[in-house]
Amino acid sequence: MSTLQTTTLQGDAAAAPKQAVNSSRGGIMRRQLPEMLVGLGLLAAPFILPVVGMSPDLLTRILIWGLFGLGFDLLFGYTGLLSFGQAAFYGTGGFVTAYLLTSGVVSNLLLALLIGTVMASIAGLAIGYLTLRRTGIYFAMSTLAFGEMFYFLENSSFKEYTGGENGIAGVPPPELSLGFVNIHISSGWPMYWFVAIFFFVGYLIARRIVRSPFGTVLKAIRGNPKRATALGHSIQSYKLTVFVVASAYAGLAGGLLGVFQSYMPPDAFALDTSAQLVIQTVMGGAGTLLGPLLGATIWLYLYEGLQQLGDIGAYWKLILGIIFVILVTVFRHGVAGGILDFVRHRRARPLAADEEGSDRVAGALDIVPPLSSTQAGSPVLEARGVTKHYGGLKANTDINFTLREGELHGVIGPNGAGKSTFFAMLAGELATTSGKVFFRGKEITGIGVTEVCQLGMSKSYQINQLFEHLTVRENVMIPVLARLRGKYRNDMLRGLHSDELDSQVNAAIGMVDLTRQADTRVSDMSYGEKRRLEIGLALATGANVLLFDEPLAGLGPEERVLVVALLKSVREGRSMVIVEHDMDAMFELAERITVLYEGRKLAEGGPDEIRRNPDVQTAYLGGMDDESA
Amino acid sequence: MPSMSLVFSQLFNGLSVGLLLALISTGLTIIYGTLGVINFAHGALFVVGAYAGYTTYALTGSFVLAVAGGSAVALAVGLVMERGLMRQYYSRPPEDQILVTFGIGIVLVEIVRGLYGGVSLSVAPPSWGTGIARIGSLIYPLYRLETLGIAAVTLLLLYFVLYRTSLGLIVRAGIEDSQMVNALGINVKRTFLVVFGIGAMAAGFAGVVNAPIVALTPDMGFRYLVDSFVVVVIGGVGSFPGAVVGGIIAGEILSLTAMINPQYSDVMLFAAMALVLIFRPQGLMGQEGRE
Repeated sequence: MSTLQTTTLQGDAAAAPKQAVNSSRGGIMRRQLPEMLVGLGLLAAPFILPVVGMSPDLLTRILIWGLFGLGFDLLFGYTGLLSFGQAAFYGTGGFVTAYLLTSGVVSNLLLALLIGTVMASIAGLAIGYLTLRRTGIYFAMSTLAFGEMFYFLENSSFKEYTGGENGIAGVPPPELSLGFVNIHISSGWPMYWFVAIFFFVGYLIARRIVRSPFGTVLKAIRGNPKRATALGHSIQSYKLTVFVVASAYAGLAGGLLGVFQSYMPPDAFALDTSAQLVIQTVMGGAGTLLGPLLGATIWLYLYEGLQQLGDIGAYWKLILGIIFVILVTVFRHGVAGGILDFVRHRRARPLAADEEGSDRVAGALDIVPPLSSTQAGSPVLEARGVTKHYGGLKANTDINFTLREGELHGVIGPNGAGKSTFFAMLAGELATTSGKVFFRGKEITGIGVTEVCQLGMSKSYQINQLFEHLTVRENVMIPVLARLRGKYRNDMLRGLHSDELDSQVNAAIGMVDLTRQADTRVSDMSYGEKRRLEIGLALATGANVLLFDEPLAGLGPEERVLVVALLKSVREGRSMVIVEHDMDAMFELAERITVLYEGRKLAEGGPDEIRRNPDVQTAYLGGMDDESA
Repeated sequence: MPSMSLVFSQLFNGLSVGLLLALISTGLTIIYGTLGVINFAHGALFVVGAYAGYTTYALTGSFVLAVAGGSAVALAVGLVMERGLMRQYYSRPPEDQILVTFGIGIVLVEIVRGLYGGVSLSVAPPSWGTGIARIGSLIYPLYRLETLGIAAVTLLLLYFVLYRTSLGLIVRAGIEDSQMVNALGINVKRTFLVVFGIGAMAAGFAGVVNAPIVALTPDMGFRYLVDSFVVVVIGGVGSFPGAVVGGIIAGEILSLTAMINPQYSDVMLFAAMALVLIFRPQGLMGQEGRE
């Protein structure tokens, strides 16, 4: 182990006990604070809010929107998927529940709600499968369109069941059968309590999801889907799962709506419903879970308030639209987000959700799985005749390359030599035109970065690919989670922290010397620190084959020395390929160097050999090329 | 089995509906292609154009002036929108762009509702568009035939502007790499403004041309917004030919299924979109890798 590492580890060990005291003192009280506050708020609301003119019906309606919004916030606020079609699932849950109860097929209220929720989830699975094939604007447009499809279906094909434009009237008032006693829930406050229980349970579950390993991956997907994929997560599966969860919340909320007003209105399916949900969530603050509830309060209270002002009532939606545009433009985090930002600012420390984390540090080598290869010097990564042509442009032609166990292999070449293309093909990011890539004897040509990472090879990027809105610790968790849990695991109700996870995260942070910045948000860090974190993410995957794409790019002299030392220190037990412009660093680090020139392999050999090679000198001095290195 | 002439007339009808959809979608797609923004206020601009055309028509009695007036108002609204807000959004995430255009759409629709009320209005076809056309054994409303012609001519005109003029060259270069175009000394900002204006105007123009066929309500825009989304998802977002092909496909699906069972015509449209998403997610004419 190198000196650099030993010092950081010792420094860590000294700091650890102090932190441990701090974090354990918060305990359950601090960690469950939001849950307790929400519970108290729900209990207190009936005694306080009527003072400002809020009726039990209004509060119940707000809670139904809030429940609907919990799922949507997981989808949009946490995962970054903006759906304009949530009404489809709200309506499905609502109409299935209402139909079951009115037709007498199912008389048990809870069972009817459950079936409605399940049906909405199934609809979510189908629509999610289709719409998640594309991201960004495509996703927003296609969810909106499919949402409308459900509205049409309700009005046409399923008219006999849904009543078309009339909806389903006469949904029986809720009655809970507890075997020996039947509880009849009348409208007004009893209904509020009934819905409040659902909301509270929904909130507890959503909080757990957010704080689970699953939820942590969701946040990574929102921050940088490309890197989350490259770090070994099958993000498509995560997206689909959270889409189904959001549909389930929507379905339950829809079911409660019908029960609450004893009528299931067809416009539950309308685009307006999806739009209202989006607007409420953004106004209240996305990514806070309670934002949608807050937004619904503003929307519904404003609506009722403006109706009482006579003429202005007609313009309430115009006023709301203007407020919305202003909020999106200048106050992006909504009301709840604004409050949280303020609190964070006051506390001067991020409200990290992981104050419960352990401070154990794994040994630097423990995060690397034992070498599966038998002997040093056997090939781990091989490219055979790799070629990439873009139309007439020949980026790479017939390159053979071998990385051996334990080797540090440099790839150099003047600008435009095809280094990045070659690297992307080695990393499984890019398919080859012809030729194959093998990893420990297994063909990996174009199998995709997620699979490659799970096999034990990871790449650090030339341009930082970090999760800017997360802290260093949360960033490093993403690759560690991929290694401990595989490319997908549905553990949304589990706790995030385990000794294994924490000790590996701490070790990786220590290796890149960011222990003191562990709870700093990446967006607040310096470029040099980000650069080290970039390398740290690749290390934390536990991969023992690492590809570094210009690790020194953009660094000042001091940082360069640090990173070169870091690269040397992590060599033990790992094989590496480095692409770099800095020749001195390369000759110092690499045992073997491959020179690419105009898309072909020009030379290969030890540093001294390469230094003396006349072809390489000519290539670099511009004899054969106008570009200089 | 529907008769041959019915099939023909529906095919024709589909083409007329399709080209109109293509026209609306073109506006959406060129804005996206150039600026990378999907304008969720596009349906609202369609409504603004239609109502402005209605007023011009009522004041002047000339349908041609109404078309000009409706397009001009939509153009003006588009320009103000770009200058006032959208410009700040080009560097923000797509979600923000969607949200703000969606919000602007609500504001525009509510302004129309405030000015004209919520009841539906009707626009009579122009004098040169009343009556019936006979093409062989086919009997067809004259105005529908004319909208087909108008839409086709406008699409050709747009095609010409985008593919045969220097503005079009800049726009297409800007799609590839706006920074580079800027570095070459071309004012990309102004080009963006012009493109946004043209996109908005296409929506407004379609709104007026379509007005004699439908009843005007402030909320009608959403329907067209959804349909134009389906069209561009089928055709490929950002692709001009994709919008035209997608529009015609959508129009034919709507009118041919309407012949068999009108209940299912909308549903079939979405089914077509689902098929495209499954088998060719980038759209029929879309390019791989563009999001």
